Amino acid sequence: MGSIFNAQQIVNGLQLGSIYALIALGYTMVYGIVRLINFAHGDFFMVGAYAAYGAFFLFNAFLGGSGLPMAAVTLIVAMAAGSVVAALTNRFAYKPLRNKPKLSSLITAIGVSMLIEYLFSALPFIGASFRAFPVLIEQKLYKIGTATISNYVVIDLLVAATLMIGLTFLVRKTALGRAMRAVSQDKDAAKLMGIDVERVIGWTFLIGGAFAGAAGLLAGMTYPRIFPYMGILPGLKAFIAAVLGGIGNIPGAMLGAYIMGLAETFASAFNSLLGEGIAFAILILVLLVRPRGLLGEKSADKI
Amino acid sequence: MKRAFLILAATLVAFGLAGCGGQDVIKIGGVAPYTGEAATFGVSSKQGMELAIEEWNAAGGLLGKQIKLVFADDKGDPAEGATVYTKLIKQDEVVAIVGTVMSKVTLAGAPIAQNAGVPMISPTSTNTKVTEVGDYIFRACFIDPFQGTVGAKFAFEDLGARTAAAIFDVGNDYTKGLSEAFAAKFTELGGSMVAFEAHPTGATDFKAQLTKIVQANPDVLYVSDYYNDVALIAKQVRELGFTGPMVGGDGWDSPELTAIGGDAVENGFFTNHYSKDDTRPEVREFVAKFNAKFGAEPDALATLAYDGMYLMLSAIKNAGSTDGVAIKNSMKALRLPVVSGTVQFDENRNPVKSAVIIEIKGGKQVYRTTVNP
Repeated sequence: MGSIFNAQQIVNGLQLGSIYALIALGYTMVYGIVRLINFAHGDFFMVGAYAAYGAFFLFNAFLGGSGLPMAAVTLIVAMAAGSVVAALTNRFAYKPLRNKPKLSSLITAIGVSMLIEYLFSALPFIGASFRAFPVLIEQKLYKIGTATISNYVVIDLLVAATLMIGLTFLVRKTALGRAMRAVSQDKDAAKLMGIDVERVIGWTFLIGGAFAGAAGLLAGMTYPRIFPYMGILPGLKAFIAAVLGGIGNIPGAMLGAYIMGLAETFASAFNSLLGEGIAFAILILVLLVRPRGLLGEKSADKI
Repeated sequence: MKRAFLILAATLVAFGLAGCGGQDVIKIGGVAPYTGEAATFGVSSKQGMELAIEEWNAAGGLLGKQIKLVFADDKGDPAEGATVYTKLIKQDEVVAIVGTVMSKVTLAGAPIAQNAGVPMISPTSTNTKVTEVGDYIFRACFIDPFQGTVGAKFAFEDLGARTAAAIFDVGNDYTKGLSEAFAAKFTELGGSMVAFEAHPTGATDFKAQLTKIVQANPDVLYVSDYYNDVALIAKQVRELGFTGPMVGGDGWDSPELTAIGGDAVENGFFTNHYSKDDTRPEVREFVAKFNAKFGAEPDALATLAYDGMYLMLSAIKNAGSTDGVAIKNSMKALRLPVVSGTVQFDENRNPVKSAVIIEIKGGKQVYRTTVNP
């Protein structure tokens, strides 16, 4: 058992969990506000990875060099690209269907997801093949006890933690956050209180897309191979993480994502096929035993 | 006036022939993963096939006719592979097929060729089962157990490793077969396997399995995956602190390996079918011709596709006919020096030939040694 439950595996699990957390937040926020499972969310993650890739080569051509400033610039570009695609998706695919049955939006979400994936495969400067993600920051290794920790692990954890703290602040302390909470509690009452609901929904997509874009950059750096379908599996797993934490609940999504990351790592160390299936086993278990998730509120209608 | 009439008639005849075409060209099917997870394999393979056909056509064609390559993309997917094999045989009516690259896809296509009585040769499918499909199925490369065996011999004798670990894709017969053969030979030589880990197909995070491997502290790590997985595995195992050598199979042979893997794939070695640094005249001539046409060095995929096409065309020429049975029998009797060695088929339609070890050094593939069967 020593090779399964040890410091190194916990680090591995937390790193994986950080990426899931950033994606899961977008799922859960959008669900909280518009009660929509946005299946295209995993693709915003992919868009972020490609935007970072493009930004790196563009900036490298003009400015040269890598290191921290370059990484910061690519992070901003990745987040912006995720936001833009998320906002466009909301504006052109989901907004027209806002007052239609929920199933229409859900099916549209699947369609949008495929559209983005196939569009990216078809674009000649992107293409369906794997691309090597550039080295933004030189890798360094630190030996701490029995575990070897790279600076990538530190970056993944730090970026995720910073963004999550920022989001918590935004939701708890700002006017926009208050409006978001109000809309998620009761859309009609919020409208009566003078809140521009569409504007709040727009911001929610922007923020969710930015987080997915950031996750795309981190994943590109950590697993330096990107392709147009890279968002499908992490997207699904992050969705499960959001359900596990209680969909619509922001701290729940973070908790669920880290539990997923750790569970997947431990299960993979135990048996590789178990690792791949554990996410889906968790989904079934949650839906059977506690459909509202770990931190979710009681609600009659889930997906 | 009479002369003008003659020219007109000749032109008409020429157009008529070009139009129907069926009688005056020999169609050979070519299959490779031109897009998808092993796209560089497909691009190289297609180039190899094109070069062979161009040479034969320039030298007068085959049985007095020109040769036409009907190329199909299997996308590295077994279902797609089965579809394109059926299309080539039923719709394009090719007389023989050269393809395809990945064992799992070839295993989907081979039964279709076998049932239709269309001879086929896979350039690079190293899985043993491929030629077991039937007597119309040949290959131009050595088989999985041989690669694993050579890898183990190299790790034990040249690298001096006494403990080894292996990681492979559980959903892919090729990588599984290599790792199993490696483990068997390494143990037989007196070494011990300290870890033997599977990973699911399509994984990007291998850290859980690699942590177990690193903690078992092996002298050498055997990675039998294809280049894009090898690169990710190398990155992550180095990130976990492993500095020892890694050994693998011909799935490593792609420029993308160092593009994705960077420094992590240094101190890596793989078994391959040929090296462009070999000094045999067949190799020198092929490398020069390939360079002139495509402006790049040929990799093993291009070489074997070229050899596969060359062997198939030679068999048809020797048979003197495009009949499936005649081609198949002529193939069995073949003994021909091609780029990757002198090929002769054994009773299981596998070629008997040597392997080379390539080292990744300074981001480049460097010829290390040749290992005979």
